[in-house]
Amino acid sequence: MFLTFLKNAIRFSTIFLFGSTGETITEKSGHLNLGTPGIMCMGALGGCVGESLYLKSIGGDYAAIDGFSAVVIGILFAMLFAGLGGLIYGFLTITLRCNQNVSGLAITTFGAGVTNFFINYVDRNGFNYLAAKFTAPVSQANDWFSTIFLSHGALVYLAIVLALVVAFIMKKTRTGLNLTAIGENPATADAAGINVTGYKYVSCVLGSGISGIGGLFYIMDYLYGSWEYSIDAMGWLAVALVIFSVWKPNWGILGSILFGALYILPYYTNFSFAIQEIIKMIPYAVTIIVLIITSIINRRESQPPAALGLSYFREER
Amino acid sequence: MEKTVALELKNITKTFGEVVANKNVDLELYRGEILSLLGENGSGKTTLMNMICGIYFPDEGEIFVGGEEAVIRSPKDAFALKIGMIHQHFKLVDIFTAADNVILGEHMPRYSVKEEGKKAIAAANGFKPVKPAEKILWGLKLGLKLSALPFIKIGKKIKFDYLAKSRTRKITEISSRYGFDIDLKKKIYDMSVSEKQTVEIIKVLYRGAEILILDEPTAVLTPQEIDKLFAILRRMRDDGKSIIIITHKLNEVMAISDRVAVLRKGEHIATVNTAETDEKALTEMMVGKKIDLNIERAEPNDVKDRLTVRNLTVINRDGMKALDDVSFTARSGEILGIAGIAGSGQRELLEAIAGLQKTAGGDILYFDPNKEDAEVDLMQKTPVEIRDLGVRLSFVPEDRLGMGLVGNMDLVDNMMLRSYTKGRFVFVDRKNPKELAEHIVHDLEVVTPGVRTPVRKLSGGNVQKVLVGREIAAAPTVLMAAYPVRGLDINSSYTIYHLLNQQKEKGVAVIYVGEDLDVLIDLCDRILVLCAGKVSGIVDGRGAKKEDIGLLMTKLTGKEADGETKEAAL
Repeated sequence: MFLTFLKNAIRFSTIFLFGSTGETITEKSGHLNLGTPGIMCMGALGGCVGESLYLKSIGGDYAAIDGFSAVVIGILFAMLFAGLGGLIYGFLTITLRCNQNVSGLAITTFGAGVTNFFINYVDRNGFNYLAAKFTAPVSQANDWFSTIFLSHGALVYLAIVLALVVAFIMKKTRTGLNLTAIGENPATADAAGINVTGYKYVSCVLGSGISGIGGLFYIMDYLYGSWEYSIDAMGWLAVALVIFSVWKPNWGILGSILFGALYILPYYTNFSFAIQEIIKMIPYAVTIIVLIITSIINRRESQPPAALGLSYFREER
Repeated sequence: MEKTVALELKNITKTFGEVVANKNVDLELYRGEILSLLGENGSGKTTLMNMICGIYFPDEGEIFVGGEEAVIRSPKDAFALKIGMIHQHFKLVDIFTAADNVILGEHMPRYSVKEEGKKAIAAANGFKPVKPAEKILWGLKLGLKLSALPFIKIGKKIKFDYLAKSRTRKITEISSRYGFDIDLKKKIYDMSVSEKQTVEIIKVLYRGAEILILDEPTAVLTPQEIDKLFAILRRMRDDGKSIIIITHKLNEVMAISDRVAVLRKGEHIATVNTAETDEKALTEMMVGKKIDLNIERAEPNDVKDRLTVRNLTVINRDGMKALDDVSFTARSGEILGIAGIAGSGQRELLEAIAGLQKTAGGDILYFDPNKEDAEVDLMQKTPVEIRDLGVRLSFVPEDRLGMGLVGNMDLVDNMMLRSYTKGRFVFVDRKNPKELAEHIVHDLEVVTPGVRTPVRKLSGGNVQKVLVGREIAAAPTVLMAAYPVRGLDINSSYTIYHLLNQQKEKGVAVIYVGEDLDVLIDLCDRILVLCAGKVSGIVDGRGAKKEDIGLLMTKLTGKEADGETKEAAL
């Protein structure tokens, strides 16, 4: 019972982890992308479109599904669609210098709406066969270690590896240094000869693409290929997780597991309905507490990027 | 030592709209020298330097670097020509360490696969194989080498991108060579102003600059830190670097520079060897001859003390004293001018009186004209508290559209900023402000399509008229105006002078902060000179000499003037 709970917590956390890793990249460049929920929806839509095309290309022969291609095609299409959402957001906020909050919220409504509309036109027959490939565990052994850590599909590990890689790039490479500088002080970065606009676009598009994989995971892995209109709720938690992890993707791994555990905890307990709903609220409350604590401690490193939410215009001195 | 020219400016002209910032400036900078650029506020020093380092582009004229004509369109171009500028406002990322700030934005050394391939082929051609087996082996080797090149490039890129521990090595070399005393692992937000400046200098040196431009580097430093900076500058000079230092302080000019170039109103007056000149001669060059402006000045009548500031001290955000022990009295029916180099504490002084600035010590006393001998203490009061005390204080701030008016609101709404509490219940009174706005537009000849036009759409002079008009309409007893004619054309300026004079005749104590010494001398009854937050003298407006004020601003004959101050204050 407890093992299954832990296992499912880790599994569920993957949605948040993809979302928050992507959002962290975007926020590090000084862009608060509140469009993440919509972008995760678009990622899910993209994944479904891709898989549907894949199934068509192999002639609907479910026995011939190749696990590797299925997963890779899903990821690529999810990133493509979500990246497109990121590109729209980037164009609005980087080139046109629109208000980031308004643009982000617009992308959220846009993404969710577009997804809910077009998903009806996607042929989702055979998705349960595909989902089997996504959820195929690394090991089927029955001991506690395998149950918790080795029983997941490929995307779970991809999320963790991605988070670690992004954390490494942020901390240890010039690319990360330049990106952090842009989020902190774009004028300084510009004067130092960094291509500010280029970095911002890449981080918006790439960040959104990574967030989008979260949507794909939710549909293909967590829901075993069925559809549910609740991805945007996960998206908001992913945005909250970025704050919870104080803009560090490696901390986000632990944070996402906590969020995941709290989210599914009600299903493993016999609490009354009211208590269950309260437990579901805890992640949001915890995020607020983290915000309060970080602002009380006032350590400069755990503050949001200084230029977060501000448009950069070179001529403005 | 043989003198070689490092940088030469010929006939440089730059205009912003109708304002001429630089006019036909010629300047030469030699290798291994320190050149001081001296001039009053607005004499075009910073504009000139910004053209050298690529922030502005000159309208006319040529720049020669190392004898060759150079086109500098961006800071990047300037870096390529080994020119580096240290701005007054540091460009540093706060949460980074000193070392990270220095290496920020550094580009990888060029590595082209094509060129490297050509090199490899050229090297291989030197070897002439004889046997066929050797020939095959030779071809194989070359092929392998060539196909490895892209991977070498990727490898180099990864190696460059990875921030190894060794990233501080090259920086340490530079800092020990010039004797910088700095901890490279310290975060910028933990640093003092002087340390931040050091990081900026290291940054410029790390990029290989041969010509360094420092914009008022000493303004924010303590005397000990200035000595340290000068020692470093001398060491860099001896190392063959050329340095331009912008400063207002004459004693520093004499101490550090080899030559001095003087700018006045955008024009290059002269360049002299420091050894052959003295501070007095430089001041005269800097301020120029007195120009008569024909501003009418009435004799003050019914002069009474209205506002007394005693031992006022203000500490600014950097922990430095912005105002140090400032004492003076503003009297009714008089215009008190405040002169000083920009940033000498004028802003803090006015804001402290207006209740916008936290003070560290001293007294601000107000004498109510209606009640005899009634003193009101204005220290640490908010603007609303001051108003509720019945003190009619009007303030025309330096930052018109930031502090004075709201750019997106129309004239009427801006009038209401002073009267929004009036009206019935929750409804505001719009009628009176509208009348007031129309009144101001009519009386002060404000050019505007109507009173419903957002003030941001008006020109600078009209914005200023609206602001001054509103402040005067409050029937103040003390009127403070900071740079009210900045950016205004001659006619608007005279309108403002006239308004100030009218207020003076009405018995208002006017405090006028200005930068043009000619205006200050012609307009004001007394002139208080600030220098680095201290009062360096109070002189009588009638009969004051421009040179004397110039010297006081740069604090030269401080002691003599102090004596006069006391007499004037008594």
